[in-house]
Amino acid sequence: MRKTEFLGIILAGGQGSRLKALTKTVAKPAVPFGGKYRIIDFPISNCTNSGITTVAICTQYKPLELTSYLGNGAPWDLDRAGGGLFILPPYAREKSADWYRGTADAVYQNLNFIDLVDPEYIIILSGDHIYTMNYAWMLDAHKANNADATIGVFEVPWEEAPRFGIMATDKATGRITEFQEKPKEPKSNLASMGIYIFTAKFLKKYLEEDGVNESSSHDFGNDLIPKMLNDGARMFSYAFDGYWKDVGTIESLWLANMDLLQDTPPFELNGDWKIYSSNPSMPPHYIGPEGSVKRAMISEGAKILGEVEHSVIFPGASVGKGAKVTNSVIFPGAKIEDGAVVNYAILAQDVTIKPGAKVEGKEGEISVIAEGEVVG
Amino acid sequence: MKTVVGIVNLQESNELLRELAATRAVEALPFAGRYRVVDFSLSNMINSGINTVGLMLPDYSRAILDHIRSGKDWDLARRRDGLTYLPAALPGTDARKGDLKDIYANLDFAELSDKRYVLFVNASYVYNIDFADVLAFHKKSGTDITMIYKTVDEDKEGHTISIQTDDACNVTDICESNGAPKGSKVVLSAYLMPVPTFAYIVRSTYERGGQDFLIDGIMRHAREQKISAYEHKGYVARINSTAAYYKANRDCLNPEVWGELFMNHDRPIFTKVKDEVPVQYKDTAEVKNSLVANGCIIRGRVENSILFRGVKVGKGAVVKDSILMQRCDVEEGARVENIICDKNVIITKNRWVKGVETFPYIITKNARI
Repeated sequence: MRKTEFLGIILAGGQGSRLKALTKTVAKPAVPFGGKYRIIDFPISNCTNSGITTVAICTQYKPLELTSYLGNGAPWDLDRAGGGLFILPPYAREKSADWYRGTADAVYQNLNFIDLVDPEYIIILSGDHIYTMNYAWMLDAHKANNADATIGVFEVPWEEAPRFGIMATDKATGRITEFQEKPKEPKSNLASMGIYIFTAKFLKKYLEEDGVNESSSHDFGNDLIPKMLNDGARMFSYAFDGYWKDVGTIESLWLANMDLLQDTPPFELNGDWKIYSSNPSMPPHYIGPEGSVKRAMISEGAKILGEVEHSVIFPGASVGKGAKVTNSVIFPGAKIEDGAVVNYAILAQDVTIKPGAKVEGKEGEISVIAEGEVVG
Repeated sequence: MKTVVGIVNLQESNELLRELAATRAVEALPFAGRYRVVDFSLSNMINSGINTVGLMLPDYSRAILDHIRSGKDWDLARRRDGLTYLPAALPGTDARKGDLKDIYANLDFAELSDKRYVLFVNASYVYNIDFADVLAFHKKSGTDITMIYKTVDEDKEGHTISIQTDDACNVTDICESNGAPKGSKVVLSAYLMPVPTFAYIVRSTYERGGQDFLIDGIMRHAREQKISAYEHKGYVARINSTAAYYKANRDCLNPEVWGELFMNHDRPIFTKVKDEVPVQYKDTAEVKNSLVANGCIIRGRVENSILFRGVKVGKGAVVKDSILMQRCDVEEGARVENIICDKNVIITKNRWVKGVETFPYIITKNARI
């Protein structure tokens, strides 16, 4: 295989149990977002747009829908000769067969893959964050610092810092001096985004040590990063000041969708930094003679005969005559029949709301209807 | 359908399409918000299980080549078979008009494929059909050639070929006319026949000075070959004039036509993928009876219109009974009615532009009003 300078590894094995009904049948990275995307489209598109042509995706929890969505990587331009998209599920070896025991273990168990690609640098990403970022610039910083590791960080309000993994840094150089996981008394307000660039040789050494350490939880944040810091490795922070959202809960997923509906969204999907996704072959959506749409995002194949306000509608969903959809997120293929009312809700794929039925949540208590369910 | 080789003919005359077809073939015309007319023929082929498809390039082929490229978006970029471009006969070697010389020049494509039948279609028609039904009909009919027709439910304009049939669906007469009254059986310029029959008709007609496949080829051989006719009962539009183009686009505003053409899960219409963002409707948007493609940003009023990818409609702007192609920008307070805007047109602030329903005003590519 041709040598690759920069390898992307996306950790997509998480269950996303806090997304409850939405992850009953799919892994969190495959959860729909933003009217046509899946969450994992963001890190993969970031890789493609950053010029990373070899991307590995570690899967584990309910991988069927995720792997069939990813296919051969063509939608992200990752059907490449000498690289492209690789899916890395856990597998059995001669003597043992393990699930991935932690984020670091997912990479450790695939060290043979890393040897095959033989990159100089590796970026580790998680498959459940919404943001756009140029990893090539981050790699430039990593090289300029002659770093062993570079960690993406963003500023959070001081009062929220105890919820995050916090990096204390030297202000002048950005060198990380201390890592605090969910600290009561944070020494800084720079939170880790779960984005790490490592020099490959350096990472391999630590993974090999950690892999055989029985007392380790095999997690990048809990085990590897503190150990590297303790050993005095050259670790730098890389500050990101754009939009970044962890959509790990129903509320945050709903909110991130609503963010897109602002008159000037905090997060521009329309720019040059395209987010790629597997496109359904559907026509432009249809708004009927009595339809009404305001402050909404609507995708292909949708049929709107009723009223839609402050909502995100995915491909092939339909809103019947006299139906009213407000403050909601409607996943692909969901049907809201005539006269039904949906407010403050997330309807998963292929949900049906029967004529006249009501699904009403409220702010802070979003109603969720699981895939394929029929209401009313 | 593994026994069929498809040939898609992109040689439709475009003189009635005025400015729209000045720099592109009819088949490359943008349609229904995100497609091009040729998408229907290619999708019908692949959805019917025809994996070997030849595309006869028109005189202006850049738009077509840029649209189709490897054929990947239609699942036609295949290790075996897939899409083959069939270039026009070398200019200068033959001064004849018509499509026959180009078919003759590419006859090898059909003859050297290991297929038994040729399905030869003209790509200026919009419809969604399963050609497997046509093949089954052809085999059952025991005839030499099967042509596909539509019984028109209203008077048609322009150059038309219509047929008469007997009770057994065999063609008894074929005639060429200008326009066709309601109830006529109009040929959709799609023919299925064994490869040797196709080669024989093309060769013998061309070598005797023929120019047009249908008129000189099929019609002249109508007495010696048995021809049957397969009726397509679904929606059909032929894009042969600006009025027809305007009407066919607006037909897609009928949810039944929209559903039949595009929402058949077994037979989706494929097109080049552009990765556009879903449509963003802002607070001041007012939209009725319209098709809006991804990438649009709507702040104004849109009625009975078709908006292609990336169109912007500003606050207080009105778009009525119009077709706006890719990346048109209707600025604040502007108003367009009965207009076809080609790509990248800008209607600046507070300008009003209006055509009439029977003769929509066309604004050419990249114009700024």
